[in-house]
Amino acid sequence: MKSPKARFEKSGKTRTFQVEYLARVEGEGALHVTLEGDRVEDVQLRIFEPPRFFEGFLQGRSALEAPDITARICGICPVAYQMSSCHAIEAALGIRLEGPLRDLRRLLYCGEWIESHTLHVYMLHAPDFLGCEGAVDLARAHPEAMQRGLALKKAGNAIVAAIGGREIHPVNVRVGGFYRVPTRAELDPLYATLEHARELALETVRWVAGFDFPELEPDYEWVAMQHADEYPMNEGRLVSNRGLDIEPREFEQHVIEEHVAYTNALQGSLRERGSYMVGPQARYALNFERLTPLARSTAQEVGLGAVCRNPFRSIIVRAIEVLHACDEALAILDRYQRPRAAAVEVELRAGEGMAFTEAPRGVLYHRYVLDAEGRIEKAVIVPPTSQNQRQIEVDLHALISEYVRLPERELAHRCEQAIRNYDPCISCATHFLKLEVERR
Amino acid sequence: MAYRKPTLAVHKFASCDGCQLTLLDCEDELLAVLDAIEIAYFVEATRATADGPYDVSLVEGSITTPADADRIRRVREKSRVLITIGACATSGGIQALRNARDVGQLASAVYPHPDYLDVLDQSTPIAAHVPVDFELRGCPIDKGQLLEVISAFVLARRPCIPTYSVCVECKSSGAVCTMVARGTPCLGPVTQAGCGALCPRMNRGCYGCFGPMEDPRTGPLSAWWEEELAQPRDRIVRAYRTFNVASPAFASAVDSLEDSE
Repeated sequence: MKSPKARFEKSGKTRTFQVEYLARVEGEGALHVTLEGDRVEDVQLRIFEPPRFFEGFLQGRSALEAPDITARICGICPVAYQMSSCHAIEAALGIRLEGPLRDLRRLLYCGEWIESHTLHVYMLHAPDFLGCEGAVDLARAHPEAMQRGLALKKAGNAIVAAIGGREIHPVNVRVGGFYRVPTRAELDPLYATLEHARELALETVRWVAGFDFPELEPDYEWVAMQHADEYPMNEGRLVSNRGLDIEPREFEQHVIEEHVAYTNALQGSLRERGSYMVGPQARYALNFERLTPLARSTAQEVGLGAVCRNPFRSIIVRAIEVLHACDEALAILDRYQRPRAAAVEVELRAGEGMAFTEAPRGVLYHRYVLDAEGRIEKAVIVPPTSQNQRQIEVDLHALISEYVRLPERELAHRCEQAIRNYDPCISCATHFLKLEVERR
Repeated sequence: MAYRKPTLAVHKFASCDGCQLTLLDCEDELLAVLDAIEIAYFVEATRATADGPYDVSLVEGSITTPADADRIRRVREKSRVLITIGACATSGGIQALRNARDVGQLASAVYPHPDYLDVLDQSTPIAAHVPVDFELRGCPIDKGQLLEVISAFVLARRPCIPTYSVCVECKSSGAVCTMVARGTPCLGPVTQAGCGALCPRMNRGCYGCFGPMEDPRTGPLSAWWEEELAQPRDRIVRAYRTFNVASPAFASAVDSLEDSE
């Protein structure tokens, strides 16, 4: 067994290093770093996941097909794609979901947050803090922890399967609601599962809060949704700690996407301001007050303030969000009454609709232009990882400057960890990593 | 001779990661799987990798770039048994929708600088490039079927994966036929079983994510959709042209519909 290839080269004063295949991220990517002496010259996060052209082949498809098709952008967060596409198309058609249908969507999203965050916390991120190469040796070295993680992940998947029919690419989501809504009796078994999961989530927060974290406290512009009285998932405005406050239809005026030669993913940045961070830390910093009392008090108990700047500590924030999602899911189960209709009436017509929702990795934006028959004329999809891509490079720049004197193999490993802080989903961003460092 | 655990590798090509995630989603069985086999290469789960050769390689995703067309040959050389997992690896996946389009035009619909991309015109299944020992269907694959296939190859027996239609699963689950009872267009009669008839049991028609069954009769089904269920032809064509668009049986179903226009 060996660790990922890190290649080091030196010519004169220029040194380069590269991690050729980033492990424990979803998808394929690499990192290329150029150093001039000890000064960081350039950091390039290269996504070589092949492009699949979803926005292209959505053209001409019925708007009703968008939730099933866009789900296939990402097998880790298909619900997020289904949610953003449904909301955007519903916006185009003037539809709004209320009551139990709205609740069921939120419950489904809670399931995906629990499943996706737990996968990252236990199988992809925790190994970095425990000196393990990955999930396989973590399972050997810390069997109780892995069993806890698997049980917690299973609880999230149980919600998605109960509502959606299956864990990956659920079949029950449609524009206007669902094909079939579960009865109370069908959801009842989830109650005990989630009460247990909430205990496991609490243990998870305490477990990850005990890890050692490298020092790094960048001054981020955080971008996340905000809702008057909910921790954001499906609805709200998009806000930042530096004054951004917009509706979905203003998104493309503020976020610009650029195509950089070295990567197959478009890079997002804020007009005239540059890089920004989306995801759990941004949501947490902008919505701490809207967490459930248990999630808030647990954050305080483990010494996490209302704002957490260190990206390595994102693992604690994810665990807090899992705890929150368990709490929320239980509250929804408490009040659930099966609605009479599984979906509201959908009448296809011409229109344009935009929506963002909070995917586990951050805000996911969709826009659709529909013709008179409800066929898609244009689709625009901006996933969280492409928005974080530039911020990851900024973090790496700061990290490498700080730790440039570390032995190269260690430096390369630390860079890999800094990338995993973002739980980057490369399959989404191409619609992640080799590490290469060039020293000049 | 001392017992050596069989080695398993998981390789990814153009895909959504969902099929390899299915392995990590085996929450109840994962620790037992790790006891029985050695994970030699699985970059989504671990940074420790071994160069091979591997006893079993699971391959997710389709071939869409010149570099991947080379890589799959190297994977084949290093693998005693090569199993494709999911619709992308088995039929080219949803991204094979590009095959009937001009890829340059598609790329410019999505990317400002299509010239930065190095992609093939077609998204093709693994079997179009190298010999494949077994193809596991589904978008995504089913957890139970994945465990069955891994067990079978580790024990050197044939995997027990039915090639009959979703209808058989639907009937045996006791569900009411959604096409007969509600007039919902359903691809179940021509789609391979494996999902447990999920969609019909959710009051929706099957959308064919497991691809064509063995010897599907798409002609009569298309006619039924058109004549009995009053479905417009473009709707029928789109139903075949989704997650298994490039599978020969669904592609020829589309051809017959388009020829008879």
